[in-house]
Amino acid sequence: MDSLSKLEAKSVHILREAYREFKSLCMLWSIGKDSTVMLWLARRAFFGHVPFPLVHVDTHYKIPEMIAYRDRLAREWHLDMIYGENADVLARKETFPDAAVDRLTCCRSLKRDALKHTLIGDWPRYRMDHTLGEYVPDSGGSGGCEPFTGVIVGVRADEEGSRSKERTFSSRDHENEWDVADQPPELWNQFKTDFAPGTHVRIHPLLDWTELNIWEYIEREGIPIVPLYFDDGSGQRYRSLGCWPCTNPVTSNARTVAEIIAELRSGCFAHVAERSGREQDKEDGGGLETLRREGYM
Amino acid sequence: MSTPESNREFMNIVVVGHVDHGKSTVVGRLLADTGSLPEGKLEAVREFCRRNARPFEYAFLLDALKDEQAQGITIDSARCFFKTAARDYLIIDAPGHVEFLKNMVSGAARAEAALLVIDAHEGIRENSRRHATMLAMLGVRQLVVLVNKMDLVGYDLDVFARISAEYEEFLHKVGLTAAAFVPIAAREGVNLTTRADWYTGQTVLERLDAFPMEPSPVAKPFRLPLQDVYKFTARGDDRRILVGTVETGTLRPGDDVVFLPSGKRTRVRSIESFHHAAPLLAQAGEAQGFTMTEELYVRPGELMCRADQSPPHVGTRFRASVFWMGKAPLLPDKPYKLKLAAARVPVRLAEIISVMDASDLSLSGIRTQVDRHEVAECIFETSRPVAFDLAADMQATGRFVLVDHYEIAGGGIVLATSDDDTQTTLADHVARREASWEGGAVALSEREGRNGHRAKLVVFVGEDDARLGEVGRALERRLFDGGFASYYLGLANLERGLDAEVLDTFEVREGRLRRLGELARILTDSGQIVVTTVSDTEQADLETLRALNAPQEILTIRLDTGPRDRCAGLETTLRLAASATTDILVAEVWSELGRSQILPEYAI
Ligand SMILES: Nc1nc2c(ncn2[C@@H]2O[C@H](COP(=O)(O)OP(=O)(O)O)[C@@H](O)[C@H]2O)c(=O)[nH]1
Repeated sequence: MDSLSKLEAKSVHILREAYREFKSLCMLWSIGKDSTVMLWLARRAFFGHVPFPLVHVDTHYKIPEMIAYRDRLAREWHLDMIYGENADVLARKETFPDAAVDRLTCCRSLKRDALKHTLIGDWPRYRMDHTLGEYVPDSGGSGGCEPFTGVIVGVRADEEGSRSKERTFSSRDHENEWDVADQPPELWNQFKTDFAPGTHVRIHPLLDWTELNIWEYIEREGIPIVPLYFDDGSGQRYRSLGCWPCTNPVTSNARTVAEIIAELRSGCFAHVAERSGREQDKEDGGGLETLRREGYM
Repeated sequence: MSTPESNREFMNIVVVGHVDHGKSTVVGRLLADTGSLPEGKLEAVREFCRRNARPFEYAFLLDALKDEQAQGITIDSARCFFKTAARDYLIIDAPGHVEFLKNMVSGAARAEAALLVIDAHEGIRENSRRHATMLAMLGVRQLVVLVNKMDLVGYDLDVFARISAEYEEFLHKVGLTAAAFVPIAAREGVNLTTRADWYTGQTVLERLDAFPMEPSPVAKPFRLPLQDVYKFTARGDDRRILVGTVETGTLRPGDDVVFLPSGKRTRVRSIESFHHAAPLLAQAGEAQGFTMTEELYVRPGELMCRADQSPPHVGTRFRASVFWMGKAPLLPDKPYKLKLAAARVPVRLAEIISVMDASDLSLSGIRTQVDRHEVAECIFETSRPVAFDLAADMQATGRFVLVDHYEIAGGGIVLATSDDDTQTTLADHVARREASWEGGAVALSEREGRNGHRAKLVVFVGEDDARLGEVGRALERRLFDGGFASYYLGLANLERGLDAEVLDTFEVREGRLRRLGELARILTDSGQIVVTTVSDTEQADLETLRALNAPQEILTIRLDTGPRDRCAGLETTLRLAASATTDILVAEVWSELGRSQILPEYAI
């Protein structure tokens, strides 16, 4: 087996383990390349089906192509698609750059809080109704939605410092907090699959993948990817996707997956962090880690 | 950072050793000297140290987490890549502090080769030994020992030879052989990637590159821990797919397979795939899915094997070597959960044979518990049979973890079977219970004499729960109307009553069966014919009921729903078609009760 097939087999095993162990399971889909590969791996693991909902946190600052792409795949692949948002903060426009809040505060409310409450199910969330072809409030709207106890997340260990400390099955307590120093052991392919009531678990099938692996796999499988990753003629492309006010493209002429792979192999980004186009990471030495400890992906 | 490419060889390595012996320095130096660091990173950290008037340390470089820097110890196994001409490496830098043993173990469990660092000046320390013991248990066999900080002993090769000899002897005791001992000075970059002029052996990097990739175990007997059985009905999909990751061996459509411990047999029809052509061969390492020629019912957790190859062991007792990481000690008679391959089974520590201090391999005397960070040889007993191999033959299906109160608290490898069925705790329990059974003033034989029939436990099993209940109640009615003492024991009452306070879902099934057995023992002792039902059951469950209900007898009847019945294969006294009328079914059981002289002759 080549190393891409080994990575694939391991991720499929993890997804099946998650599906076996968690009754109330969902997968976070950020629409980016990593979580789209993860979604594809789920289709491989479950033979074309995706037997759990996909959850997207809509900040309403996502680049519009991302939402169009999300809904197209949701229809074509018959996905049980759910999205949630921080309606309050959006209504009051307490967001960057419109209001006097910094990027991290904006991330906190639009991503961390929205994610937390979408997962718990105590804020309204919306579900794709495939007969209507549009989103409808999920089981009665405010409150009373099913809380998710297992959440599949597409983080990679090579992405940036804090993520390299993750376990494949990682528990979060009632407050959604992550105790980095005291994590359970993982042996061979036995993961921590027993959890006290009230805790929930993040499952990370992509920990061992690198950025290059992701693109090589996209090429091998022919996975449809949101076009923002490719140069549209302007000499720029996105390497990592986020909200438009805080995401900058990189200089690149790569127009196809093969060209991106060639670009990565050439090493021209070897010394530039993948998320360097994401402004919020820069705000306090370790913005992302602060957010993660507090419960954001 | 450099990234591995999928068309190149790839190896996971782990760096272990006692705290402060130089693991981080070795890793940092390997990354720096192979040009694998992000540009400017090294300079930035050096600059940071200069500004803060602290000596530069490679450890700082690796401490991506603020947390770690605050504590001054590497907390978890950080992951870093570097590449050589031969292949790409992922280094798992395992922490040396004993408090973080579970992190070390998590890192090392994934490794194909290990670098073990020993400080030349300080010599072999507790964790130098403990880590090697762990590597041996985790199955990491390719090892290089780095005798570090040679600069502190003036590059004295006698010191190097002395440490090497002493450590080699220790390794031998745990069954490991080092591929090489290399004298290094990590901080100075001596003998890591380049050779010092006084040294003629391989550098650390050359030695790593010389390790062969672990061959995929395709030549061993086929083993697939059954992870799950899927039947996704969406959009007309009617496939029933058995899934799991192939641990060893190969399998083709048309091969006969056997599932253990149930012993059910069938034949592979197809290997399923999405978006790719259906494979014609499944082999070690692949996560696969299969359809079978017959849709027999098997539970996740069974081991799927090839019928033409040597089978694994099936049993409830085995001897194992375990290392314990739990905060609470490993205790006899406390329920734990065993996770072995895909099986999850309640397990008890039946006997501690010896406890070894992993840091010096000294054996302690008679022990009643295994403490944190100790390695012990023990006998374990599961409450149901499991299928397993010996770790020496088949690593993946010969190792397990123990879960204590939601946490993985121990890991172990199976050394030998320990089949001694008369010694099982269940039999012990029943023997003890019967020896001290507190009888009333009236003997069972007196009750039976007055009732005019004998006591019996009648159990209906099958997959159609509702039908079992119907027939069970009809039998109770007919017995009662015939003047016999009968009682229908509804399982739902047990669930809401005796079982109500049991919260742990994993224990529920086992515990419920046990309470049902104990209750049946009491009710049959009152002279009645007790009728009950158990759906979704296994042979071992029926054996448990039989044992617990002893000395009274049990009559088992399976109501068969047809060729695809999930309970097909259960051995019961009677097998009747669930589709027959209730009257006919009751009449059949009635005459069996007559034949076995539970009911008097005149009743028949
Ligand atoms: N003199 C000397 N000191 C070293 C050498 N390698 C590491 N050290 C020092 O030993 C200490 C512990 O090293 P570190 O790599 O942090 O150890 P770890 O705890 O095993 O990761 C640090 O102060 C290092 O600078 C060496 O080759 N020579």
